[in-house]
Amino acid sequence: MRMIRSLVRALFCLVVVALAAPAALAAADDDGQARLEALDTRAYADKGEAIEALAASGDPRTRRWLEALMDGKLQRHKETGRFVVVLENRGRHWPVADALTGEALGEMSRRELDRIGINNALRGRLQSTLAVLDLRVEDAGARREAARDLLGRVDAAMVAPLEDVLEAEGDPEVRRLLAQGLAIHRLERGEAAAVEALAGSLNPEARAALSAAARSEDPDLAEAASGALADIEQKLRLNRGLETLYFGLSLGSVLVLAAIGLAITFGVMGVINMAHGELMMLGAYTTWAMQQLLPGQPGLALLLAIPAGFLVAALAGVAIERGVIQFLKGRPLETLLATFGVSLILQQLVRTVISPLNRTVVTPEWMSGSLMINEGLSLTLNRLYVLGFALLVFAGLMLVMRRTRLGLEVRAVTQNRAMARAMGIRATRVDILTFALGSGVAGLAGVALSQLTNVGPNLGQNYIIDSFMVVVFGGVGNLWGTLVAGLSLGVINQVLEPWAGAVLAKILVLVFIILFIQKRPRGLFPQKGRAAEG
Amino acid sequence: MNFFTSLADRDHVFDFLVPAASPVDVRHGPILYLDGVTVSFDGFKAIDALDLTIDDGELRCIIGPNGAGKTTMMDIITGKTRPDSGSVWFGSRHNLLAKSEPEIASLGIGRKFQKPTVFEALTVFENLELAMAADKRILPTLTARLTGEIRDRIEEVLVTVGLVECRQRPAGILSHGQKQWLEIGMLLMQRPRLLLVDEPVAGMTEQEMERTAELLTGLAGKGKQSVVVVEHDMGFVRSIARTVTVLHQGSVLAEGSMDEVASDPRVVEVYLGAEPDEEAA
Amino acid sequence: MPDSTSWLSRPFRERATRLFLGVLLTALAVVTLLHLALPAGHPLHVSTYTVTLLGKYLSYALLAVAVDLVWGYLGILSLGHGAFFALGGYAMGMYLMRQIGDRGVYGDPLLPDFMVFLDWDELPWYWLGFDMAGFAFVMVLLAPGLLALVFGFLAFRSRVTGVYLSIITQALTFALMLAFFRNEMGFGGNNGLTDFKELLGFDLRSDATRLGLFLATGVALALGYVLCRAIVSSKLGRVCVATRDAEARTRFLGYRVERFQLFVFVVSAMLAGVAGALYVPQVGIINPGEFSPIFSIEIVLWVALGGRGTLYGAVIGALLVNYAKTVFTGAMPDAWLFALGGMFVLVTVLLPKGIAGLLAYRLRRRPSARPSSPDPASPKEASA
Repeated sequence: MRMIRSLVRALFCLVVVALAAPAALAAADDDGQARLEALDTRAYADKGEAIEALAASGDPRTRRWLEALMDGKLQRHKETGRFVVVLENRGRHWPVADALTGEALGEMSRRELDRIGINNALRGRLQSTLAVLDLRVEDAGARREAARDLLGRVDAAMVAPLEDVLEAEGDPEVRRLLAQGLAIHRLERGEAAAVEALAGSLNPEARAALSAAARSEDPDLAEAASGALADIEQKLRLNRGLETLYFGLSLGSVLVLAAIGLAITFGVMGVINMAHGELMMLGAYTTWAMQQLLPGQPGLALLLAIPAGFLVAALAGVAIERGVIQFLKGRPLETLLATFGVSLILQQLVRTVISPLNRTVVTPEWMSGSLMINEGLSLTLNRLYVLGFALLVFAGLMLVMRRTRLGLEVRAVTQNRAMARAMGIRATRVDILTFALGSGVAGLAGVALSQLTNVGPNLGQNYIIDSFMVVVFGGVGNLWGTLVAGLSLGVINQVLEPWAGAVLAKILVLVFIILFIQKRPRGLFPQKGRAAEG
Repeated sequence: MNFFTSLADRDHVFDFLVPAASPVDVRHGPILYLDGVTVSFDGFKAIDALDLTIDDGELRCIIGPNGAGKTTMMDIITGKTRPDSGSVWFGSRHNLLAKSEPEIASLGIGRKFQKPTVFEALTVFENLELAMAADKRILPTLTARLTGEIRDRIEEVLVTVGLVECRQRPAGILSHGQKQWLEIGMLLMQRPRLLLVDEPVAGMTEQEMERTAELLTGLAGKGKQSVVVVEHDMGFVRSIARTVTVLHQGSVLAEGSMDEVASDPRVVEVYLGAEPDEEAA
Repeated sequence: MPDSTSWLSRPFRERATRLFLGVLLTALAVVTLLHLALPAGHPLHVSTYTVTLLGKYLSYALLAVAVDLVWGYLGILSLGHGAFFALGGYAMGMYLMRQIGDRGVYGDPLLPDFMVFLDWDELPWYWLGFDMAGFAFVMVLLAPGLLALVFGFLAFRSRVTGVYLSIITQALTFALMLAFFRNEMGFGGNNGLTDFKELLGFDLRSDATRLGLFLATGVALALGYVLCRAIVSSKLGRVCVATRDAEARTRFLGYRVERFQLFVFVVSAMLAGVAGALYVPQVGIINPGEFSPIFSIEIVLWVALGGRGTLYGAVIGALLVNYAKTVFTGAMPDAWLFALGGMFVLVTVLLPKGIAGLLAYRLRRRPSARPSSPDPASPKEASA
């Protein structure tokens, strides 16, 4: 009995509190209501002041209201005079929310509502107000973003508040950007002193302002501006050069990854493996399969795909070696044809079993985005990772070749098969292991490629000719040659691209290699001597 | 077609510019003259300041341990390898370093390889036919007919090298010794002034060796052929040689008659006390 | 066996060549008869569609003979012969385009449709002259011949052989494919050249023209075959085989090996060009796909399956594989690549001398059978 009574009392209290809370809120919200009322005036001048006042108020809802105002979504219910924010203004009935509380109010007919209108002048003012507003948030990243957005959009009305913000700002990057934004404004007004503040700045707005100033009537200003502009151009050229280099190295790293496994099988065994590209494809599909197995953890799946891709490709490689290549010893042209057949079968297998369409491989979060070096230059992270990965794989292979028993045996077999065999090296075993190693590296290349291109049945085909070119260019049987050749071909390709176009650049590179081989048939780093000539 | 390719070839000497028959001038001395020839592979000097003179009609044997540079020397004379420095003259008129392998061959230098190399898919007869001295440009080769004269010459050589019975067999099925003989026969078809013979008796029986010795000594002579033989088999060298040159580490260690050379203490040391790294090279 | 007759008459003294020509000409006659004499409903009637299909096969066979000439006898595995085929085809295609005249969609009297579409004002210089059949037919030989001459000159002079040569021939055709895909090249880009109307005044859609093209292709195959046979049975042919098996040795005999290689390579490229020129009016289109490395390597399979170094083997291989392709792609399109890939593996591993090798094995007792088929493990290849 007593228990019931206390329960009832508790319930009663709850109800009271529940009823009282909105009332208290409403009482506290008279300010908000007043500010919105101020916005709802016919005189645009007053409206402007109301916006300023709102922005200065520090009310957390300011941004929502101003944005709604900007989009024409801040409206007033005709009957109740209640301010609402339209959530979706399509059709006749719009879902709306209370402007003050944010509480959803269901749908209202658009005839019941009055829009709080603005004109273009106000729209501009709103924009800058919003921008300044963003400069007051907690998150430094967001402030930088806002400051960058402001560049070239600072107007007279914003100068005063921006200077206040700048005064209070702690983050050096935000300070720099704000100072530049203000300088651009001053420059536009013809202040020659502003040039100095913009010297060396790489953002396009600063450059636009400077080149406008360089054409100005005022000779001092024009001279100062064109001087600064020349400096900037210089810096930009450097940046562009660095960017081309980066893209070139990135492409080159892909080529190195694709070619280095080939360099091992071709260089050591003299075997042309036309199915090498398809082994890369298997590596890429392994990555995809891993991500299917571990949904929601693309990063982990990618990391696991590295050993898995190596293993899958290596096993496939061993199968090819045992099933086909071992029967074609000393007949390189036939090996080429047979492995080409294998490549066709593997491609079709993937088409039939999985799908002829490309599969999506997710890029984990830590690999997406880019690394910003300066305003003119940012490096995409996935390419950076692949570049690093390629160098790691190369270093790993060098270690295997130089420091392990397998490497020693492989080098022995490369140099003189008969002699190595006579010294007790089991050449067959070395062949299998070498082929497994080369194929496994192809698998690794596939894992890396899955982060850069589409994963589909044709993935390997697109790289096979390039990889052969790299091996031949670098000199067969020389890993350093492959590295240098891959990276330099990548860079050459990227350097040619801007003025020749992608396709023509590729053609030029192919023609270049064809001509190069005429001059140096044994590549950049040939093996010399009688033995090498066989 | 032929004309156009020759236009594009800078090394090509137009036929009307080539002196008729371009004889090898041996009036002023040797038929082959190597002076200060040096070649190295990746820093390893295979031939080091080699001087060598072969007189017209001479039969010279060249011996030396493995890695002494014998085969490389042959490669240089026949144009396969270009030396880093030095000069090589054929007679007093032809600078061999400025010529390609086919040019050197047409000048009259024939070579027999260490490993017998014959055209295995062709018959013995066809092997000899290809080797024969003839117009070896493209169109004459395309329209070449087999005249009775050519047939007689081939038959003659077949008799000389003892392969009459095998004339229609593919060269690939010959025994090792027979291949050696066929290759010597091909050399004879070329009618060279200078024969370079690399290990002619490797894999031959005692009897075959005797016949080879007979043949080689018969070939050499003033106004006929000069013969340079590289050989490991000391017995064979002793049986044919008048002058022997010993190569060691790419240069001449000793030269003279077999007896002189064999008693030279340096030669004895090289052969008996050979340093281990020599074998590996 | 070397003999004393003139080089061009030599093939006709060979039993195998006479047999080949007999079979080929008989087949041409039979097809013509069945096509013309029997009514359309008759079960043995050969339809125009089939005649054209057979004509296409025959042009492929000529292409295969060209590849066999360089691969089987010279030991050069060209993975780029599709490029020569396509160049011949493009030369023919350009002539056919010019023949359309103002009957194109845009009705421009001079410019082909695709140029009008690209807003070009005038004909590029390299299209000039292609309105004349004679010029175009010379270009069918010259375009591939010149490419082979330049490429071969560079390659053979620096002694690029073996797998290296194979790889760069592949790169060559790949580069050309990329180039021809570009609209700026002026060869119709992706779509290539098509919508042909007539050839030498004959309507390309008429049955008679199609039969004529089929017969012309058959005759071209016969002539090409005889030419190749004449080359390989001459002393020059033996120099080729010598080069294939021991290049250095051939040089030391005084032959300028690179010129022989170049000569045969250029002849082969021209034959491939003729094949392409006969192919294009029959299929009605030429596009950059013919440059694709896969097509070139497929040609090699025809030769390998038929048996290289025999010439007739190449013909058998081309006909068989392409017939199989027609059947497969009709019935089970997915299975074709499996079959093709499987053939590559099986032929190289189990049947290195191809079908011709099997036939020669059966016919060994016949005295005329000369062991001219190459030794698969020839020393040259082993050292490549």
